Amino acid sequence: MPLLEVKHMTHYFGGLRAVHDFNLSIEKGEIRGLIGPNGAGKSTVFNLITGIYRPTEGQVIFKGQNITGKRPHQIAAMGLGRTFQNLRLWRHMTVLEHVKMARYSKLTYGLVGAFFDTRKRRREEAEAEKVARDLLDLLGVYNVAHELVTNLPYGMQRRVEMARALAVEPDILFLDEPTAGMNPEELVEMMDVIRQVHQEFDLAIFLIEHRMKFVMELCQRIQTLVFGEVIAEGTPEEIQNNPKVIEAYLGEEVET
Amino acid sequence: MASKLTNKAAFFKQTPALGWLLTGLVIAGLEMAVGKPLARFLGIGKIPALFGFLIIFKKPSLQFPFIFNDLGIIAGVIVYDILIYLLPLVLVTWLTYRLTNRVAGVLYRKSALLSVLLHILLLYLVLRLWTDISTYRELVTRLTMIAVIVTLSLNVINGYMGEFSTSHPGFMAVGAYVSSVFTMALFTQSDYFGPARLPASLAPVFFPIALILGGAVAAFSALAVAIPSFRTRGDYLAIISLAYMFIVKSLFENLEVVGGPRGLGGQPDLASFPVIFVWMALGIWIINNFVRSTLGKALNAVRDDELAADAMTVNTRKTKMTAFLFGAFWAGLAGGLLAHVLRYINPGSFGLQKLAEVLAMVYFGGLNSVLGSIVGAVSINLLGEALRPLELYKWIVIPVILILVMIYRPTGLIAFREFDLVEIVKPKEIKEGDDATA
Repeated sequence: MPLLEVKHMTHYFGGLRAVHDFNLSIEKGEIRGLIGPNGAGKSTVFNLITGIYRPTEGQVIFKGQNITGKRPHQIAAMGLGRTFQNLRLWRHMTVLEHVKMARYSKLTYGLVGAFFDTRKRRREEAEAEKVARDLLDLLGVYNVAHELVTNLPYGMQRRVEMARALAVEPDILFLDEPTAGMNPEELVEMMDVIRQVHQEFDLAIFLIEHRMKFVMELCQRIQTLVFGEVIAEGTPEEIQNNPKVIEAYLGEEVET
Repeated sequence: MASKLTNKAAFFKQTPALGWLLTGLVIAGLEMAVGKPLARFLGIGKIPALFGFLIIFKKPSLQFPFIFNDLGIIAGVIVYDILIYLLPLVLVTWLTYRLTNRVAGVLYRKSALLSVLLHILLLYLVLRLWTDISTYRELVTRLTMIAVIVTLSLNVINGYMGEFSTSHPGFMAVGAYVSSVFTMALFTQSDYFGPARLPASLAPVFFPIALILGGAVAAFSALAVAIPSFRTRGDYLAIISLAYMFIVKSLFENLEVVGGPRGLGGQPDLASFPVIFVWMALGIWIINNFVRSTLGKALNAVRDDELAADAMTVNTRKTKMTAFLFGAFWAGLAGGLLAHVLRYINPGSFGLQKLAEVLAMVYFGGLNSVLGSIVGAVSINLLGEALRPLELYKWIVIPVILILVMIYRPTGLIAFREFDLVEIVKPKEIKEGDDATA
């Protein structure tokens, strides 16, 4: 049974068909890429699977459960972590607080604990902090744990966001353009980070990316989305040589 | 030159909380012992209730023969403030900051909790002694402590959650009326509810129940705002909550059983100084616990980016709902206290002016900060009282101060800071290095 399965997913924004008959099947530990020109509907696919939008048609099945129409926090708590194209960090919170926040669904102390500072709350908060600190250590941002995220350089913010997504204890990680706005050096670093977390946590990863080098090197299989439809699917080599893809996507890059 | 000055005043920075409380105790004791004769000697007559502001602003009579008399009194007040407040403040902190640091250190190492409790007890003593001198001073302090609860509860919604709620006077009104009806029906003989049903000696025992009931009903009524407005974000809450406030006001205006627009008077005198102090301490403790837990910090996450919070497993709808009802509960409880301090309430006093006051306290003190709310409530309340003799001009001075704060510190005086009592009771480091253990 695949870890995540999407069956015939279609979505309309009013009269506009953003995604049409999208199918996907990701196995445990697989790294899968989704590419496509701007406005192809890649982020919409992410938002549909993670529950931000409810698909007009079709089903999303995660760990054997139909999660179509569930709220994002429920889906996330089942083991789906994600990052965003434009970061979406919380600007008044410290790095440590970010990562601890993603432990929300693991906290059981409830309002009584929150109001009265019970022993259970102290224990659970301490546990959450330990998990968070380990993740910060893994991603090399331990020494800025008490900084506000807005004070950090871009590359570090990306790492914080990754640590936050991992604190959810995901089985699958969705990365929405993890290298957007990065210089070549940071890009190589990010590639190492992704490889590292992939090995460490035995994760499946589903990523949207614009940089061909990045996708070709990391992903085992790639889908190409154009105008909301998958026009090609296969290994990086197959995709690279697919005339449809070259026409729709790579062709553009070569010309410019 | 400047560095020399800061060096000289360095002991202010090195004075621990214990030192300040000791100084407060000395000042309060001093005023008690020599305040009256000193005031008479300086020609003020009686002890100035609020640092003499009331006297200074009271008589702007600019007619020729009286102006010297007034100036004399003003000078007397200033001398009084210097002798009773300023001088002891400097002297006692300077003389004792080493000692209090050492004591604070011993206490802190023994048990942080014990130290915190001792500090709170000392604060209570200082306030009690200081307010013992005049009933007016005591009343102002009691109202200020209630304002602290209200401000904090609104800060949870407007600061921590970042929504703009304007229904707080409504919650206070609900709490005030519910708890009043409860205590009056049970313990007093009144035209509204007939004879007392229980002996008055039981009233203090039932008072917490009355307050909690008031808070709970306020929180329940808050659902009427929360359910429609938390489906989305934006200006909806501001508008719906404003409507709620007006609805509550006109509801009580038309409820003849509780006096209608004439109001409801004759509540039993239950909200004494210690009772309010305990509720304020409890309120600060619980609210502070909440906003420092990850569950409470989820409010910040929702405020800064709700989509991201949702994707990080935070149940955003539940979080917003909880916080809103929580804020409403404390506002209702504070309303109940207020009703039993003033022992008279009418719907008109829970209107726009109350709203402006509460909002001013929150935004002046600082968003997302417990300490900010305390500072905001205390300073706006004291300012309001001190400027009372200016009458109409008061409503020019206070807004101008607010505007200045908004220009220079847009989020308020002490915004976005954590309030940690254990941190506060810690001894301060002494720079010369004679406290080797620190």
